[in-house]
Amino acid sequence: MTTAVKPRIATVSLAGCFGCHMSLLDIDERLLDLVEIVDFDRSPIDDIKTFTHRCAIGLVEGGCANDENVHVLEEFRENCDILVSIGECARTGGIPALRNSIPLAECLDEAYRSGPTVYNPTGTLPTDEELPLLLNRVVPCHEVVRIDYHVMGCPPSAETLWQVLTALLSNEKVQLPYELIKYD
Amino acid sequence: MSDPIVTICEHYHRDRSRLMDIVREVQARQGQVSPEAEAVIARELGCKPVEVQSTVSFYAFLSERPVGHIPIRLCNDVVDRMAGAAEVARAFERELGIPMGSVTGDGLFGLHWTPCIGMSDQAPAALIGDLPVTRLRPEDVPELVEILRLSKDPHAIPREVGDGNNAHPLVRSMVHNNIRRSGPVCLSPWPRGEAVHRAAAMDPREILETIGTSGLRGRGGAAFPTGMKWRFAAQAPGARKTVICNADEGEPGTFKDRVLLTEQAGMVVEGMIIAARAIGADEGILYLRGEYEYLRAFLESVLQEYRADGLLGSSIAGLGGFDFDIRIQMGAGAYVCGEETALISSCEGRRGDPRNKPPFPAQKGYLDRPTIVNNVETFCCATRIVLGGAEWFRSLGTESSPGTKLLSVSGDCERPGVYEFEFGTPLSSVLRAVQADDAQALLVGGPSGQFVQEAGFGRTIAFDDLGTAGAVVVFDHSRDLLEIVEQYMEFFCEESCGYCTPCRFGNEVILQIVHRLRTGWGKPEDLDLLRELGQVMRKASRCGLGQTSANPVLSTMDQFPHIYESQIARPRGFDLAAATSQAEALAGHPSRHLEKEGDHA
Ligand SMILES: Cc1cc2nc3c(=O)[nH]c(=O)nc-3n(C[C@H](O)[C@H](O)[C@H](O)COP(=O)(O)O)c2cc1C
Ligand code: SF4
Ligand code: SF4
Ligand code: FES
Repeated sequence: MTTAVKPRIATVSLAGCFGCHMSLLDIDERLLDLVEIVDFDRSPIDDIKTFTHRCAIGLVEGGCANDENVHVLEEFRENCDILVSIGECARTGGIPALRNSIPLAECLDEAYRSGPTVYNPTGTLPTDEELPLLLNRVVPCHEVVRIDYHVMGCPPSAETLWQVLTALLSNEKVQLPYELIKYD
Repeated sequence: MSDPIVTICEHYHRDRSRLMDIVREVQARQGQVSPEAEAVIARELGCKPVEVQSTVSFYAFLSERPVGHIPIRLCNDVVDRMAGAAEVARAFERELGIPMGSVTGDGLFGLHWTPCIGMSDQAPAALIGDLPVTRLRPEDVPELVEILRLSKDPHAIPREVGDGNNAHPLVRSMVHNNIRRSGPVCLSPWPRGEAVHRAAAMDPREILETIGTSGLRGRGGAAFPTGMKWRFAAQAPGARKTVICNADEGEPGTFKDRVLLTEQAGMVVEGMIIAARAIGADEGILYLRGEYEYLRAFLESVLQEYRADGLLGSSIAGLGGFDFDIRIQMGAGAYVCGEETALISSCEGRRGDPRNKPPFPAQKGYLDRPTIVNNVETFCCATRIVLGGAEWFRSLGTESSPGTKLLSVSGDCERPGVYEFEFGTPLSSVLRAVQADDAQALLVGGPSGQFVQEAGFGRTIAFDDLGTAGAVVVFDHSRDLLEIVEQYMEFFCEESCGYCTPCRFGNEVILQIVHRLRTGWGKPEDLDLLRELGQVMRKASRCGLGQTSANPVLSTMDQFPHIYESQIARPRGFDLAAATSQAEALAGHPSRHLEKEGDHA
């Protein structure tokens, strides 16, 4: 007897607030249905840090704010058949991209030297090679790799994510009712 | 004191069909056609304000908002960009302290982009007010702006006037003819007036017969047999008929009509008179593109001379009943107005929207009268055919394409300018004549024509091989063809009248895909999508613009497939080194992901 291989899902939060992942957890008991039909690969949900297998679906929260984000996103593109960016940060850069109109040096200066609550007598900036380097500007995921689908919302509701995942897994057209894509 | 706008309307007898002239004058005088002015015009003409607004909003040289007392319009065509238009634009931006597409605070200057102004052989070029300024260099800009600031008058720009009639007191422009090769039909002397006398002595049917057997085909791009067009109009019932000369010359890289109008204007006028005799027309219109306003006074004087000589007006050449006069209709910056039905709409004072055919203009054209529209060069040929005979004309060129063709050559060559070649001339001979020895591609017929690669340089200029309205643009091996394709698609997006979806939307989608390909985001499916879109546009667009505007893409996909395939193969477009440049400087070390990036890039 052969065991049917379950499709694998990977998820990641780049420059996001984890709100999109919280929303995914909000599918509540349906998580149990989900793990019946899929295996989670690299994801904060199971804390697997590197890809173990090729994945059918990758869910990306957050845009790219640093070189680490870019690197991880490229790994996701390489290892996932379908890459879905979820949430406004992934799609537009979102809140982190608010810094885009301010030169990076000014941002770091405010954060590490001149901000009202900063105590940094030597005035040094973080330079350790292990630390990610910030990008000149925060970019949405589709400026870095090809993104196959995007799910809107900040965050997309649990129901929306559920509908999208089940549609993708059953190879059907996603049909989101009006109330799931109405935001005001 | 009466309102100047009312005076202008009175001057045109409050004739709704002269709306173009009225709004052009208001624009010239006030630097805009404000909503208030539109309301006055509508009241005077007895039409709705929205009709005036719809015309004003259609044309690039008309604007509800101020465009500057001295509008500076820089040509942003491909050829000008190759010649350094971007640097010239930067220089103007610096001097005027405003970005392209805006007006200075004092309202004195406006800085705008405009498509080809018909000076591609002397690029980069601009229109300052009505005045063409050619061969612009960034270092000339500060002085130019200084003079304009002081004088507030473009005509104060010191200039060495060009050759021939460019030095005529009514022209005085720095434009050069750059006539590099004259042929026996268009660019050689002709006995002024003689063709009109002959036509007056001929029976109209005889003229139709002569033009028909000469095998003359339209020089404006569509290559329709001229004799047949004239015959349709002659046979069409109608008390009044119209002859229109299409001097809109908007196809980027085409400037041969400009040279004909400068040096051979009489030949053009005589061709129109001959046509009038042939079809029985009493009214002629020379539709002159707004960009050639600087030639208008001169052309008016040419018409006046013909009237003075009894060759235009009533009883032409002494023939009772042969009454025909010509007026000049100015355009106002719209490529699509070169399309004959759009041109007719424009002559009637409307938006330059193309119309459905049939009915063809020969049946129902200007003000619903039977109308023929022909290119400037076609009329020149007609004059020469009446003088030299159909047989002589047929002895030139090829069986399918008798006669000669004017080519306007620009781009990467030593001798850009106007060349009169017999049909049947191979591109290789053209290349030798223009001294282009590093040509990667030739664009024959402008962006709505086709790109030809080296292997095709043996092909000939002829309607059954490479048809063209005259533009030949040379691109050497240093040029990025896909970038050029993208720029031509921007042109079509800008110029589509927007009436039909395949053209309005198709051009935009093509542009998006080409942009995606250029920046490394192309998908393999994109190539099929481009082909499919191109076919849909060709079949389903209403006028020639949309039917041919995918050609830059389709013909390069055919001739230069590698420029597309290499883009698809490119793995990705994110430049991590550039994206971390600021942080690298602050942290003192580059991104540790860079090396790995390089590995799989
Ligand atoms: C978008 C578009 C622009 C055109 N521009 C011109 C033009 O500038 N001059 C011209 O003579 N014909 C132009 N044509 C072709 C005219 O529609 C028409 O075929 C031509 O004026 C007929 O004259 P001919 O038979 O002497 O060539 C254009 C056509 C299209 C579709
Ligand atoms: S989209 Fe909203 S919820 Fe998702 S990461 Fe961004 S801020 Fe958080
Ligand atoms: S093809 Fe383009 S320019 Fe022609 S009518 Fe349609 S939208 Fe207008
Ligand atoms: S004038 Fe600029 S390309 Fe024709």
